[in-house]
Amino acid sequence: MGIELLVAAVKALIAIGMLLNLAGILGWVERKGSALIQDRIGANRAAILGFAGAGLVNTLLADPIKFVTKEDVIPRGVDRLLHTLAPCVNLLPVIVAFAAVPFGDRLRIGERAINLQAVELNVGVLFILAMTSMGVYGVVLGGWASNNRLSLLGGIRGSAQMISYELAMGLSIVAVVMTFGSLDLQEIVRAQGHNIAGWLPGWGIFYQPVAFALLLIAGIAESKRAPFDLPEGESEIVAGYFTEYSGIKYLMFFMTDFAEIALVSALLTTFFFGGWQVPYLTSQGFAFPWGTTVELPHLLVVLLQVGSYMVKVFVFCWFQVLVRWTMPRLRYDQLMWFGWKVLLPVGIANLLVTAAVFLLLQG
Amino acid sequence: MSPLVFFLLAIPMVLFSLGVVLARSPVRSALSLVVALFLLAAMFFQLDAHMIAALQVIVYAGAIMVLFLFVIMLLNLQQEPVEAARPAQRAIAVAFSVLFVLSVGLAALRGLPALPGPGVEGAVAGAFGSTEALAERLFTRHLFAFEVTSVLLLVAIVGAVVVARRLGK
Repeated sequence: MGIELLVAAVKALIAIGMLLNLAGILGWVERKGSALIQDRIGANRAAILGFAGAGLVNTLLADPIKFVTKEDVIPRGVDRLLHTLAPCVNLLPVIVAFAAVPFGDRLRIGERAINLQAVELNVGVLFILAMTSMGVYGVVLGGWASNNRLSLLGGIRGSAQMISYELAMGLSIVAVVMTFGSLDLQEIVRAQGHNIAGWLPGWGIFYQPVAFALLLIAGIAESKRAPFDLPEGESEIVAGYFTEYSGIKYLMFFMTDFAEIALVSALLTTFFFGGWQVPYLTSQGFAFPWGTTVELPHLLVVLLQVGSYMVKVFVFCWFQVLVRWTMPRLRYDQLMWFGWKVLLPVGIANLLVTAAVFLLLQG
Repeated sequence: MSPLVFFLLAIPMVLFSLGVVLARSPVRSALSLVVALFLLAAMFFQLDAHMIAALQVIVYAGAIMVLFLFVIMLLNLQQEPVEAARPAQRAIAVAFSVLFVLSVGLAALRGLPALPGPGVEGAVAGAFGSTEALAERLFTRHLFAFEVTSVLLLVAIVGAVVVARRLGK
């Protein structure tokens, strides 16, 4: 019992640690990435003893210290409790959602087999959908509790957008669930361990390419980033729902942004790119399609798998940063049109085709 | 479910339910309801009904309550002035409250039959509350009711669209 609790605590700490560190590093990636795209140098002002670490000192040390020590301004005439609660309500569901994402296969230590997933849930997919649907509250509250018209506009835009794109997101995930026949994320990843025709990794993208595109687009819209960043459209409504926030509360909204990027990346990895699977790697070692086998010790296999998960997640994070600094912002009616009249019908059609193919295959 | 967990969930649930009724600000009222529904989901989770717990959060706490808040925000409702209740209203409310307390109290005194579940004698199979078990019931024994409900929802959606279009003209 004691050891079980310890294992559970360590797993939860690893999951949350991976997420928070990734969110911090993404802050640096975003600033440096945008600089790269816009042909600038980017954050390089803060340094410790002359060491600027390509701007890492800025974003990992100087920025958090700046945010934490800044004055926390609460506007006059607001509901103080709800104003303070909003950033917490915004950040928490994203962190909690990560509990269901598996970051590795079973790790065997002696007699014990540890499932590398913070919480084992047989309804993991629904859990994540539930948590992302709770994320709307942070936006709604932030907009409403600021007693500012621009904030309210941002809050309304944000909640309408999130509700609309949640549908497309849900439909794309349902198609994945149909393909792999499970709501358990770990089972979905395990089901991607085979090879198609002996050489192609059996990843979700080869079965559900349309669902992949849907989840990628809807995921970026859910995290309210360009080209879907109208809720914070700075050219019209200052900063949208977090206009009236400063100091550590602003930092929390900021963190949510990056945690959402990480969550979308983790979902894309889990559903469509085999999660922790490495091509041709089995629990014994590599078994290449041309017949060569390389035996590897168990610990190395697990490390490779966890590493593979992290690399894939990071690639998708980088891709989202790239998209943000490449695409111009949509107009609001275009955003709604795209969500309801393009993504939703495509999602339903994809679902129907998937169901028809499965029926035909079953004969 | 151990009594400790039950009370840890039940007491805040009752408090937040009271908050729904007693809070002056409509937004606080709606948020209390969200927390109460969320705690109810946690209760379902503790009773091994994981699927129901997830649906509770997605449908009630996630979707329906967001729409409530959305409307409150759009209408920008502020503090509601409390109107004095009419005597007849008050009498009806007291009568129903007494009836409710009596029926719940009587049921509690008589003792309710233990619900089948894990850890209870005569428990159902290990698949209790799982998605598979739920889906099987839903798509075999209750198929007709399920389909009728979905038609009902469709009718409601069409009705909403029609009403909205008329208002727009």
